[in-house]
Amino acid sequence: MRWLLLKDLRILSRSPLLVAMLVIYPIVIAALVGFAVTSGPDKPRVAVLNEVPASATQISLGGESVNVSKEAKPLFDAIHPVYVHSRQEAIDKVKSGDVLGALILPPDLTRRLEAATAGGGQPPSVEVLFNAEDPAKLRFVENTIKARVQDANSALAKKFTQVAASYIHLLATGGRFSFFGQTFDVLGLQRAEQILHGLGGKVPKGSAASMQLAQVTQFAHLARQNLGLANSVLDAVGTPIRVDTTIVKGGKTPLGSFAAAIAATVTLMFVTVLLAAGALALEREQNAFLRVVRGLVSRTGLLAEKVALAALCSLVVGLLLLAGLSVFVTLPWSRFALWVAALGLGALGFGALGVAMGALAREVRAASLMAFMASLPIAVLGLVPSGAVSSWLYDVVRGVSAAFPFKPTLDALKSALSHSGGVAGPLLHLAILTAVFTLLARLALRRFAVD
Amino acid sequence: MAQPSATVSEPGRSDAAPVLEARDLVKRFGDRVALRNVSISARPGELVAVIGPNGAGKTTLLSILAGIQRPDGGEVGHVPARIGWVPQQPSFYSKLTVAENLRLFARLEGCADVAGAVDRMLDQTGLHDRADSLASTLSGGNRQRLNIAIGLLAEPPVLLLDEPSAALDPRQRERLWDFIFGLSAGGTAVVYSTHNVQEADRYGHNVIVLADGERLFAGSPRELERAVGEAGARDFEAAFVEFLRQRGH
Repeated sequence: MRWLLLKDLRILSRSPLLVAMLVIYPIVIAALVGFAVTSGPDKPRVAVLNEVPASATQISLGGESVNVSKEAKPLFDAIHPVYVHSRQEAIDKVKSGDVLGALILPPDLTRRLEAATAGGGQPPSVEVLFNAEDPAKLRFVENTIKARVQDANSALAKKFTQVAASYIHLLATGGRFSFFGQTFDVLGLQRAEQILHGLGGKVPKGSAASMQLAQVTQFAHLARQNLGLANSVLDAVGTPIRVDTTIVKGGKTPLGSFAAAIAATVTLMFVTVLLAAGALALEREQNAFLRVVRGLVSRTGLLAEKVALAALCSLVVGLLLLAGLSVFVTLPWSRFALWVAALGLGALGFGALGVAMGALAREVRAASLMAFMASLPIAVLGLVPSGAVSSWLYDVVRGVSAAFPFKPTLDALKSALSHSGGVAGPLLHLAILTAVFTLLARLALRRFAVD
Repeated sequence: MAQPSATVSEPGRSDAAPVLEARDLVKRFGDRVALRNVSISARPGELVAVIGPNGAGKTTLLSILAGIQRPDGGEVGHVPARIGWVPQQPSFYSKLTVAENLRLFARLEGCADVAGAVDRMLDQTGLHDRADSLASTLSGGNRQRLNIAIGLLAEPPVLLLDEPSAALDPRQRERLWDFIFGLSAGGTAVVYSTHNVQEADRYGHNVIVLADGERLFAGSPRELERAVGEAGARDFEAAFVEFLRQRGH
């Protein structure tokens, strides 16, 4: 047994590619998963454009001064604010994926908040900009940012509730009340009850009783006004600040179309990569490669044939899949030509990737294993939305995704299956990747003739 | 198939011009020199055996002659437009039938009459009754016959065979050589490498001895025996071993 073990170790040491795959692959996957789990922003990075003048952070509420900045502190505690100086800067940061979204506080925020709580006008709005690359992310951003704004609303609501409670206390017990520079002596329901109870019977005009009745009448008047004010306050307490959302990029893809695009892209990837890699490696495994390329077919011609074979097969599979999905999901058949273009270019990209793998692996089983092992993380990385992981990790993810056909194929299919975004960019990206991977495969084919 | 002759001691048509000729071939793999100034020629109908110890450069030489590898030095002249090449391992598609394999390679070779070429090779190799069998189901001998048949589809004037009998039993070997003799009789020059020096003696008009990439001898088997003197009197294999020993191999 010891000798068998030593023999197997020696064989492994002589298969550097296999060993590298076995060692590096789980490390890379583990690192990616680990980073994704631990580096995810517990506080989402949100660009903040605060247009409220520094002198206008205080509002008067029922005669009491409230510092809005202080009350909105929970919002800024719950996010990682990235302060920007212009709306365009905020949009750029959102588009680039540097931040999950942007929060724009308008200059009239505190003035409108004050007016709303005084019963005059609508509550102010803050604007949230975000990059909804896909419907799943759209929901994530909406939930995350709206929840944070709701936290701030809750804090303000708590303060406003205190103010409303003081009004009600004033109405109940009476006291002095200042409003727009004038001071009123509020009788209060408690004292009114005592007065009315003491009057009893008939009250002659001009008498003290008559004056007390006049006080009661004034109280009723003020009580009605104050209750009206309290209603306004309580109305504002529900949502002191409203949120207007604006999507600066993407966001028109319905969730069903997005799911169909993912399903088709994943299927396309596995079918094409496995088929292209296996078909090329089979040429060598059957010892036919040298015979075929010895003047009968050029090496580049052989690669083109394998790419075309795999692409054609997967194109048919992809179209059948979309046709089947269209029974359950509404897909725009009017854009069928774009479906074919997206699937076709995607299949060519994956086919080129497949032949590169087949040329490197040289054996069918090794090629299939490599194709499978490489495809999974490529797909996962392609589905990571901006803002879901830390900024630097997202840059890495984006760079890696751009080097493989999954992401551009998904983007092209998303556009083809909905009316969001352009399809030309992803198709050009795929054409470039097809050329690059075919070139890599052509270089790797040199090893085919060796040993 | 042509009837075998027990021993071929005369060279092919010595008056005819060579259909294959290569001079001073050099091939390096990194620091290792696989071929050093090796020359070879073959005339129509000639059978040339390339023999030598393992690593002598036999397969490298045939690969260069077949156009699979490029030499680092020397020149390959008088190479016919189409040289038939039969690698040591069966080189066809096991999931295709015999006829399908022949048809595919006939098309790739650009044969004008694909069906005719396939029929001809099925006849010559005696594989007509296995035409519809998957190649993976063939015996070792039949696989090698199919392998050679593919190399002959374009009716090349030169056929290169890399250890054609290596995996065959004696009966299959005999049938294979019957077939090769038939080709030679028809005017095809055949250059073959072999580890079995008796095959060089029995079937080769001429023998080329390679060792460590150097051509040590070129001539008939009898000339090789004469070159080692009394020590080579016992048989050709003994003469070959003695020849290598005398030259330090």
